[in-house]
Amino acid sequence: MLSKRIIPCLDVRDGKLTKGVRFKGNIDIGDPVEVARNYYEQGADEIVFYDITASSEGRDIMIDVVKRVAETIFIPFSVGGGIRTLEDMRKVILAGAEKVSVNSGAVENPSIISEGAVAFGRQCVVLGMDVKKVGKSEKIPSGYEIVIQGGRKSMGIDALWWAREAENLGAGEICLNSIDADGTLEGYELELTHLITTSVKIPVIASGGAGKKEDLLDVLTSAKADAALIASIVHYGTYTIAELKEYLSGNGVKVREIW
Amino acid sequence: MIAIVDYRAGNLTSVARALQSLKVPCVITDRADELRRAERVIFPGVGAAGEAMRNLRESGLDGCIREIARSGKPLLGICLGTQVIFDTSEEDDRTTCLGIIAGGVKRFPEGLKEKGDLLKIPHMGWNRVQSRGSHPLFAGIPANAEFYFVHSYYPAPASESDILGETEYGIRFASAVSRGSLVAVQFHPEKSGRFGLRILENFSRWDGSHAQ
Repeated sequence: MLSKRIIPCLDVRDGKLTKGVRFKGNIDIGDPVEVARNYYEQGADEIVFYDITASSEGRDIMIDVVKRVAETIFIPFSVGGGIRTLEDMRKVILAGAEKVSVNSGAVENPSIISEGAVAFGRQCVVLGMDVKKVGKSEKIPSGYEIVIQGGRKSMGIDALWWAREAENLGAGEICLNSIDADGTLEGYELELTHLITTSVKIPVIASGGAGKKEDLLDVLTSAKADAALIASIVHYGTYTIAELKEYLSGNGVKVREIW
Repeated sequence: MIAIVDYRAGNLTSVARALQSLKVPCVITDRADELRRAERVIFPGVGAAGEAMRNLRESGLDGCIREIARSGKPLLGICLGTQVIFDTSEEDDRTTCLGIIAGGVKRFPEGLKEKGDLLKIPHMGWNRVQSRGSHPLFAGIPANAEFYFVHSYYPAPASESDILGETEYGIRFASAVSRGSLVAVQFHPEKSGRFGLRILENFSRWDGSHAQ
């Protein structure tokens, strides 16, 4: 039986770690390679890097970080943030990432999903979705809308429609981030997660809102997520990954217990 | 020296990096003479069976892999490398494969369920391998160790005796097969943490003789 995955998310800017709260007021907390090694040794099932660097100089630093991570940890990891072209994807994958995540780049140019799937295989292409609850309307029938730029720009695209479209285009996985829940530490957006994960056949990673261990249990059981993205809950030492897994396992969730 | 077969099937550097971390010398090569010279061969791969077989035939490596499998030289198949070792694959409108181990490769059926929930395809993530008997490749691996999988098709060997380990995902499938000096796994040891590295380390020391 497949284990539910617990995935720490590391925000990186100019090659250094940050932790965004509602995408504002980021603070540096260290070297991404060292933190990745720690999480690898502590039983992370996968690691997500999100590069919020704007400059091209900073992007080259990130490729170097990816190379060093690939020499250090032997579990899958993905890299996202600012991926807009096939060449951006290629650089990240050749540097050693297992998967590459496209978000606003795919909203602006959906064909990057299909091109990436053909070039590198579907399993390499993760669609990152930032989603905001807006209430149901004719244009947004699910009541969840795609946003970009950290939630500042609404795209007029229905989140459910986009998830299915991305699956058809060849995405191998979806990383579903609720802008409303992100940074609140008040739990995942369960309704949204359940809606998306039961509407597509590809795995869905729930993101945004994890503040206590019960939040992970809820999103992996009642909301049926395949994996849970975590950040502050482990970055600030509230729990170790082992503690989270022990709790989940004790509550009947199949997780990887030895590593 | 371990030779990693390069047949343009995905990124092969992750296997090389894992071996380097173990201080095991390796080379990524598409040259038959280098493969023949190597003490051991790893046949990895990510992608689709149809294109993989096309590349193998065009480069002439198909014959070389068959020859190595017969020669008694330790050969480790990984993921797609494992799948193309069988007779045929359902992928890409039925692909004729290398025919080294009898049997086919099948797609996970639609609508597979576990505990009432519909299972996602690909089978992506960590799962156990219940081994049948012992094999040097799995020496020192605890029974509840998990390995990283990502695949939509699974090996279905014709002969039970070729099955080395099995995994549950709605159905029970052969996630590790072996015959003589050939071992092939559906999961990715190079992405499976400490236990995956242990498998690669075991392979780097294995002389290809049968399970003890």
